[in-house]
Amino acid sequence: MNTQDLAIRFSESTGHQGFTFDCQLIPGDTDVIQIVVSDFEEIPVYISITETQILCISYLWSEAEVLEETRAEMLELMLEINIPMPLSSFSKISDKYVIFGALMADSSFDDVVHEVITLAENSVEAITALSDYLK
Amino acid sequence: MSILNKILTAVRGGAREVGEAIMDANGTRIFEQEIHDSKEHLKRAKCDLTDVMAKQMQSAREIAVVKSAIVDHEGYALEALAKENETLAIEIAEKVARKEDELEELEGLEKVYGAHVVRLKELVRKTERQIKDYERQLSMVKTTESVQKATAAITDNFVVSNAKLLGAKESLERIQKKQLDFDDKLKAAELIQQEEVEKTLEDKMEAEGIGKVKSTGVGVLERIKAQRGG
Repeated sequence: MNTQDLAIRFSESTGHQGFTFDCQLIPGDTDVIQIVVSDFEEIPVYISITETQILCISYLWSEAEVLEETRAEMLELMLEINIPMPLSSFSKISDKYVIFGALMADSSFDDVVHEVITLAENSVEAITALSDYLK
Repeated sequence: MSILNKILTAVRGGAREVGEAIMDANGTRIFEQEIHDSKEHLKRAKCDLTDVMAKQMQSAREIAVVKSAIVDHEGYALEALAKENETLAIEIAEKVARKEDELEELEGLEKVYGAHVVRLKELVRKTERQIKDYERQLSMVKTTESVQKATAAITDNFVVSNAKLLGAKESLERIQKKQLDFDDKLKAAELIQQEEVEKTLEDKMEAEGIGKVKSTGVGVLERIKAQRGG
């Protein structure tokens, strides 16, 4: 599945499990799809496709939002809840903390939809769980 | 240095083009070429391997034939001796000797083919592992690069659309507020429904004259008349 095809599938989608999607293609060196899941409009999911995998990423918070005095504690906590969190993992891209899920390049559309919804839900869970460590 | 270490160094150094930082300009393409070449080597090695294995099997078959010829002729030599034909027996024995030379040569050849097969199989295995390793490394570099580029595209898009990346807490508050609004609406809808159920019941009871009966003009007049009469 390439980025354009996936974007079209999302645009045509009438929703899944009561969620609807707003899809936008962001052009660039690497094409990125922005998916806004209903009820989670503030935390969009970004999808990019490489030869080996489909990467779904949501941005959680930036380094500037982290309370410095408890930063190490927060990082350790993130490591600890990495496995219990279904399908998603924490990562960091430059100064932004992210949550992501990687799928095989030949995953089905339903798999991607499931991943996107899970990621949006996990994002809210993660921010809720770690908000004490944020400004 | 492992590929992950190289990626770490490049990312820490703030490289925007990790692929180039690690593998020089056009590095990933050169790497891809190496993978392609290795795959060609692998194809050739596999071809050679099939060839040599075929030759080995052929030798094995020939050895079996020669061995059985030797056994046969040893029998013939014994028969000739039994018939006291020494000259024939010697002639047969000479043939056995020639066959034994042939056998030795064939067995030597088979051993060489066998060693060759082992070497080629090892080569195929190593090449396959190398290709997998190259592909894994390339995929790591490409993924890092892709994520960087995707992030750049997303950030640029925010700048272009003048949108602001909300703070995490702000986002959370908005989402929770929406959730709360939704819950409130749900509760309100439930209340309305409940009221409607009760209303229908009251209506039914009233129609049957049960419970609180609404006062009507006629009813009141009847009561006044009754009071006066009483």
